[in-house]
Amino acid sequence: MAVCIAVIAKENYPLYIRSIPTENELKFHYTVHTSLDVVEEKISAVGKALVDQRELYLGLLYPTEDYKVYGYVTNSKVKFVIVVDSSNTALRDNEIRSMFRKLHNSYTDVMCNPFYNPGDPIQSKAFDNMVSAMMVQVC
Amino acid sequence: MSPTQWDLPPELCCRPMAFVALTGLDMVYNAIHRAIWDAFCANRRADRVPISFKVLPGDHEYPKCRTKRTSYEWYIPKGILKTGWMNKHLNLVPALVVVFYELDWDEAQWKEKQSECATKVEIVRTSLQGRNTKVAVVLIQKKTPLPPGEDLIASERAAALCNACDLSGKSLFVLPHTDHLVGYIIRLENAFYEHAQTYYYTELRRVKSHKEFLNKTTHQLLFVRHQFKIAFFSELKQDTQNALKYYRTAYNLVHELRAHETNMLEIKNMAGFINYKICRLCFQHNTPLDAIAQFRKHIDLCKKKIGSAELAFEHAAWMSKQFQSFGDLFDEAIKLGLTAIQTQNPGFYYQQAAYYAQERKQQANQLCYHDLSINYPNPDPLETAAGSLDFYGQRPWRQGHQSIDPPDPEKEKGGILALQRKERDVLHSELIIALLSNAVAQFKKYKCPRMKSHLMVQMGEEYYHAKDYTKALKLLDYVMCDYRTERWWTLLTSILTTALKCSYLMGQVKDYITYSLELIGRASTLREDQKSRIEKNVIKVLMNECPDPEPDCDSSAVKAAQSLWTDRVSLAGSNDFTIEVQDYIPFVQCKAKFLYPSFHVDIPVQLHVYLKTDCPHPIRFSKLCVSFNNQEYNQYCVVEEPCQSTHILEPSAQGNMCLVPRKTRKYTFKFVARTEDVGKKIEITAVDLMLGSENGRCVLINWRGAGGDAASSQEALQATRSFKRRPRLTENEVDWDTVSIQANTMVISRVPRISVQIHHEPPALTNEMYWMVVSIQSQEDTVAKDVKLTAGLKPGQDANLTQTTYVTLNGSEMCDDSHPALLPDISIGELQPGQKVEKSLYVRCGTTGTRIFLVHVSYAVDTTVEDKEIVCKCHKDETVNIETIVPFDVAVKFVSSKFEHLDRVYVDIPFLLMTDILSASPWPLNLVSSELQLAPSMAAVDQLDSQVEQVVLQTGESASECFCLTCPPVASGANGVASGLYVLSWKRKSSRENVPVVSTVITLPHVVVETIPLYVHADLPSFGRVRESLPVKYHIQNRTGLVQDVEMSVEPSDAFMFSGLKQVRLRILPGTKQEMLYNFYPLMAGYQNLPSLTINLLRFPGFTSQLLRRFLPTRIFVKPQGRQVDDASIAAA
Repeated sequence: MAVCIAVIAKENYPLYIRSIPTENELKFHYTVHTSLDVVEEKISAVGKALVDQRELYLGLLYPTEDYKVYGYVTNSKVKFVIVVDSSNTALRDNEIRSMFRKLHNSYTDVMCNPFYNPGDPIQSKAFDNMVSAMMVQVC
Repeated sequence: MSPTQWDLPPELCCRPMAFVALTGLDMVYNAIHRAIWDAFCANRRADRVPISFKVLPGDHEYPKCRTKRTSYEWYIPKGILKTGWMNKHLNLVPALVVVFYELDWDEAQWKEKQSECATKVEIVRTSLQGRNTKVAVVLIQKKTPLPPGEDLIASERAAALCNACDLSGKSLFVLPHTDHLVGYIIRLENAFYEHAQTYYYTELRRVKSHKEFLNKTTHQLLFVRHQFKIAFFSELKQDTQNALKYYRTAYNLVHELRAHETNMLEIKNMAGFINYKICRLCFQHNTPLDAIAQFRKHIDLCKKKIGSAELAFEHAAWMSKQFQSFGDLFDEAIKLGLTAIQTQNPGFYYQQAAYYAQERKQQANQLCYHDLSINYPNPDPLETAAGSLDFYGQRPWRQGHQSIDPPDPEKEKGGILALQRKERDVLHSELIIALLSNAVAQFKKYKCPRMKSHLMVQMGEEYYHAKDYTKALKLLDYVMCDYRTERWWTLLTSILTTALKCSYLMGQVKDYITYSLELIGRASTLREDQKSRIEKNVIKVLMNECPDPEPDCDSSAVKAAQSLWTDRVSLAGSNDFTIEVQDYIPFVQCKAKFLYPSFHVDIPVQLHVYLKTDCPHPIRFSKLCVSFNNQEYNQYCVVEEPCQSTHILEPSAQGNMCLVPRKTRKYTFKFVARTEDVGKKIEITAVDLMLGSENGRCVLINWRGAGGDAASSQEALQATRSFKRRPRLTENEVDWDTVSIQANTMVISRVPRISVQIHHEPPALTNEMYWMVVSIQSQEDTVAKDVKLTAGLKPGQDANLTQTTYVTLNGSEMCDDSHPALLPDISIGELQPGQKVEKSLYVRCGTTGTRIFLVHVSYAVDTTVEDKEIVCKCHKDETVNIETIVPFDVAVKFVSSKFEHLDRVYVDIPFLLMTDILSASPWPLNLVSSELQLAPSMAAVDQLDSQVEQVVLQTGESASECFCLTCPPVASGANGVASGLYVLSWKRKSSRENVPVVSTVITLPHVVVETIPLYVHADLPSFGRVRESLPVKYHIQNRTGLVQDVEMSVEPSDAFMFSGLKQVRLRILPGTKQEMLYNFYPLMAGYQNLPSLTINLLRFPGFTSQLLRRFLPTRIFVKPQGRQVDDASIAAA
């Protein structure tokens, strides 16, 4: 399904990045990092509009030849990025939205853990399993 | 760069314009012709018609026209599009040939000239045999022509000329060579343009008409060719809408062709050409989304059409070119006004082009180096007889071949080999870098800093592959800090690894160590074994040995690098490096802190430096030193450990400078601050840690300030947020996260051991000499020298307070403006231990309000700190708030002789002035004296002696004085006259003898003075007695200059009988007085109302006796009748 899933802190450093192990991991890191350009631009554009009614889902950030990169930003400016294969046409906008929602819920669970220090890399098994489930489903 | 086979031909990329040939112009020798040509060429802006002009000689040979085919039945096409075709129609075959000829209508030798012209036209016609090219004649004339129809000769001769040249009237033009040349030229141009359009239209029709002869099986190629030609002619005709339509059809037809390995390249080539045309026209029509959609479709269709596997790099090269040329088109459109956005800009296409260029390089590396033993085939299969190909996209060794299998497998093999060999000569890196830098420029424009950094990393890596390490390092260095500040450690590690390789291969010691420091540190995501390897290499370098080569380096490059390093080792000198690490994340962290934010000068300054390493192995440093803003302290904060370089790796527990990974080590320093630095800051400017030894190589790791690096502040923040329990540590260990940097401390003066007390009696009274006693007692163990007192108003208060406050030591004199508000540096001399000194101060406050007074005592004392004798200056400040209040309130009133309140006084009639002094002071006041200083408008009736002299007033008590005054006549009494001044002299009762008396001056109020016409006053005893006669004499005085008629009556009273005139009318002369005598005989005792006297002035009807009554007594006390001492009554009592 997804080939790479990342959680980025408010300050734009990675809290969590997982990509399918068969591919070059570094490439996905770069893809996620460069997609932050678009995320930032979108956030600043939205910031001018009504902040309360902000849509968290940012939609397709940019298409590359092989991958599609989708973005999502929480109210606390934590960003989620999902990279899917361009050839995977089964994934519609709705599916991506629901993936993000799941990711957000799971991230909220992580934050609720009193032993998790916000800003530290995420090392939660539950979160890991959820991400794995999202990456495996179709692949 | 020279054009490669992948570049699009220029005739494809240009905008097609109608081609018009001009003949008969002599550009070299004829100035007029030159001017005409210039007018055609110059200023070809967008508003001029799109024509490309060319001057050709009259007898120019145009390309021969082949005989037109009448049937395609047996014709098998050899390819899609001939390479020369576009160029032929753009530059060789004109749509119109114009013959310029100098001929005026009134030419004398008309006949000869006419036939010469006809000959010229004939020559042109002959060389255009078979073509539909139009011919036109322009007559260059010296005279301005008359309006059409007026010149009969002209129309006649024009008709004759047309006839002779076999021209239609529309193809004959006249160009008068006059002032308005450009205007004529523009009109000519438009006429030419029409002719050209007609020509291209007929050509288009001609090609279209072929269609009916074609069949789908053998003429598939021709369908494409014809459609392309139609589209191209439409473009020449400037009919871009239709051209786009035809190109789209052509594009679909290309993909309908049967594709196989031998013609794949040709098909892709053609598809690429047509796609380029479509995208170009879409951008031109301002429909960029159509262009992008077409391009995406094109890429999706062609992506998989790789063709021959052995020449896979060709496909990548072609793909790269597709993206690049689309990027160029996009960029060009933006320059013409199109707006691009962050997610859709030419950068993405250049980036993709670069990606395919990288792919091309990879494939070339795989395919072109497999067998180096085979020589380049001979004869060269890439050579063609004509020097160029006949058709676009065909193989030189089998041109025109259209069947599925190659005609000659041997030749095919040779051809492929030749192409592979050729590919080896291509400078791939150069291509990739050029594309990447194009992309970088675009992403910079469209606000994609991270994308830009990513591409710069790729450029750097490409430079690394191209062995241009200097450039690689420059680029990598440039972007490294972006990744560091954004804390993407994986990416940073990857970049650092490349950078380390570059610096190794260049033998750059300093860079090598810098990158290594970071790669073995905590930000690096390298595996432990890699870190360990790098650390060992660093230690080797420090011992002046060659490091082991980095993995995955080119073997030949490694060899070169090894010799570089060997040279470097043998080179003496320049082996000391300073690396500033606060912007990096080195493997050793440092935090320095002063123990307290301030230190007293008699206490040694204490400083801790904490170090921690993150590298895999213990490491030994040779020196630690701290630098301060005052360099004199530097010497006190150095730890040095001479170590033999051979033992550098051996962990020894007691070795002070050997740091065990992830264990915090603390170094303590102590020094005595200089007395001159009291009140100054001591700041840590740098911490230096030396790695290696001075006889080998040594690296000075330098932290600006008191430590901390690019990541430490964020880490500290995370640590403070963390709920994690701190690990249990033994006594000497410190948890790194709990240490915070304290980079500066204040040196403050020694705590004074002296007591300063102020005795005074607040509040102060306005203007008094307020007495304060400052008592200073030394509690020092030694003599306090140079004791100085500064006392007075604390600076920095309201300026008004400063101006109204005076301080003096001399209490016997009143101070004035010449005295300051603050007395500085009153020398007191020396104070023996325990000795006490008192000092009196007098303060005079001119206004009320609160003032802060400062008493500052400074002195110097000798002390010993850490066996060091120092002279400490100490000082103690005491402040005191003093309120100033008014000592008393003085109320003044005017009353009549009957003590009735007066709001005005009457001329020459005595009245009383009363003063009430109410003490507001909490302390008893001694009123020394008072004095009434009368104004000239007032006169005293009797002596004005002070009645309150030496009176002491307690709080809330009041004292009064009463003075009898009269007012002589004044001119303008109605406005009030000044009464004078009232001066009170006073002092505190408690004040000392010699303290001067304070004089307070009170200005008396003004009073209204009036004159009255009649004044009455009575002479009567102070009391009466029942049944004893009481004589009363009324004096009635006329104060006017007139004779007054006075009517006077006395009302009877129950308490009195009286004798005298009861009612009388009398006349009083001016200024005289009349006396009226009555004898009252009281009947009752006690306060009794006197019979009231009523006076009426006949001349002053408004004058009432009411006014006069004020001057007359109304009551009198009547005593009971006196009694003789009566024995009987006494007995009864």
